[in-house]
Amino acid sequence: MPHLPHSSPAALTLTDLPGPDVTVRRLRHPGRWISGGLVLLLLAAIGRAFAVGQIQWTVVGQFLTAGVIVTGFGWTLLISACALVLGVALGFAFGIMRLSENPILRFAAWLYVWIFRGTPVLLQLLIWFNIALVFPRLYIPGLVDERMVDVVTPFVAAVLGLGVNEGSYLTEVVRGGIGSVDRGQKEAAHTLGMTPGQTMRRIILPQTVRLILPVLGNSAIGMLKFSSLAATIAMGEMLNAAQRIYFINGAVIELLFVCAVWYLAGTTVLSIGQYYLERHFGRDAATASSDRRGFWAWVRRPAARGEA
Amino acid sequence: MSLAVKAVGIRKSFGSHEVLKGLDLEVAYGEVLCILGPSGSGKSTFLRCINHLETPNGGYVWVDGSIMGYALHRGALQELPVKRLRAQQSQLGMVFQHFNLFAHRTVLGNVIEGPMVVRGLSRDEAEARAMGLLEQVGMAAKASSYPSQLSGGQKQRVAIARALAMEPRVMLFDEPTSALDPELVGEVLEVMRNLARGGTTMIVVTHEIGFAREVADRVVVMIDGEIREMGAPQQVLSDPGDPRVRSFLSRVLA
Repeated sequence: MPHLPHSSPAALTLTDLPGPDVTVRRLRHPGRWISGGLVLLLLAAIGRAFAVGQIQWTVVGQFLTAGVIVTGFGWTLLISACALVLGVALGFAFGIMRLSENPILRFAAWLYVWIFRGTPVLLQLLIWFNIALVFPRLYIPGLVDERMVDVVTPFVAAVLGLGVNEGSYLTEVVRGGIGSVDRGQKEAAHTLGMTPGQTMRRIILPQTVRLILPVLGNSAIGMLKFSSLAATIAMGEMLNAAQRIYFINGAVIELLFVCAVWYLAGTTVLSIGQYYLERHFGRDAATASSDRRGFWAWVRRPAARGEA
Repeated sequence: MSLAVKAVGIRKSFGSHEVLKGLDLEVAYGEVLCILGPSGSGKSTFLRCINHLETPNGGYVWVDGSIMGYALHRGALQELPVKRLRAQQSQLGMVFQHFNLFAHRTVLGNVIEGPMVVRGLSRDEAEARAMGLLEQVGMAAKASSYPSQLSGGQKQRVAIARALAMEPRVMLFDEPTSALDPELVGEVLEVMRNLARGGTTMIVVTHEIGFAREVADRVVVMIDGEIREMGAPQQVLSDPGDPRVRSFLSRVLA
């Protein structure tokens, strides 16, 4: 037998083997310490840059709880909530239509997605805001007869613009969700004698909601941020309020930072809510059982694809 | 002996592939019929045509006084609205190979769903009856578990209870033990054996030759979308006339 080179471990004979309680030494990872240290240094440098930069942090603190800003944030929340509700409702309605047996319903749903997913949401907001130029009056016989400018206030335009746009994305999400519920679920419901409507409501949709809940959570977070676009149509939400203040006092960056703090607070709360919602609804899903290590483990998980 | 099911000239194609080539079958009340045959012979498709999970391309199925999916009108078959087809389908209990339990409902929730939603029973009444059925299949202790917490055999026993809850005229079984680990097959067959003993009308698509020999009143062997052999299990299984049936049986009995 040739002599083994120096670097290879010599063959262990049975008499050399240690007992079962032998100490185990873990492999050291100096590279992790170095890269971690470098990132910490970088973070410290960025933090210092902002500390010594031309920002009056006292102004940030002063406006953080200013009445106008807090009211603006209230509007931000209200717009986001209304638009999300509208978007989810439209998403389910058109998502179900996308799978209809009726080709005309399918086409209508496709058209909706094509138009509203294919144009920028900012553009849509501006169009909703100026819709009175096309339809001066809103007239539904026996129900409404008013000037369009009185109906489509900046608030209504913001909710419509953001909600209808979100609905076009959620249509595809709902369609995919329904499609990924096992076909056998539908067949089982049919053999029990359940009608298509009963099957959809009681069997398919509850399982769809569970599947698309993570996406809906991301939608809520995204919506909170996209609502800032309403600032462009004179809706007095938080960003608009901040702009009106800094046009007067010139503290541009300070007020934008105030907004950043509030948006971060909002998205953080939503993230926590999303975590608990997913955990609750996932209680009997096989996928959730492996992921119950708590909120902080979830925070540190690798980001999912497409997560806002 | 009155007829429960009569299938007349059932044909079914998927694209250009003809799966069923004009099948006739009669099943009497109280009878247990086992459908055997190699994979791809069309036996599952035939069962799914009987309860209209697949719509036949030709022929029709008569169940307990009405034609599945159609009304006879001036000598022609007029397609029924979905709601009336579903009412007919609820007369046929179906047990699937992959159980198809409602994943978001507990065991009890699965069994009461049909009686409450389709039959309009109150929750209390449906639950009381469901518990009786779960007792019968030995799953009462798991009433509040979710399907994902059950073994395959347990899922299939719940699925049988769910189908029975509709008080169907006929029970259809589509390879009910094919997806089970070998040691779990017995508990499901035991439940089916008890049903047969109790006089339930059953059509069972299966690979379990032993079960067919022991429980079936009649056995059908399908090959390539046709019924090649039909008769008492002793006769069909031990002395088949058709050479292709003989070669199939020698392979599965080996």
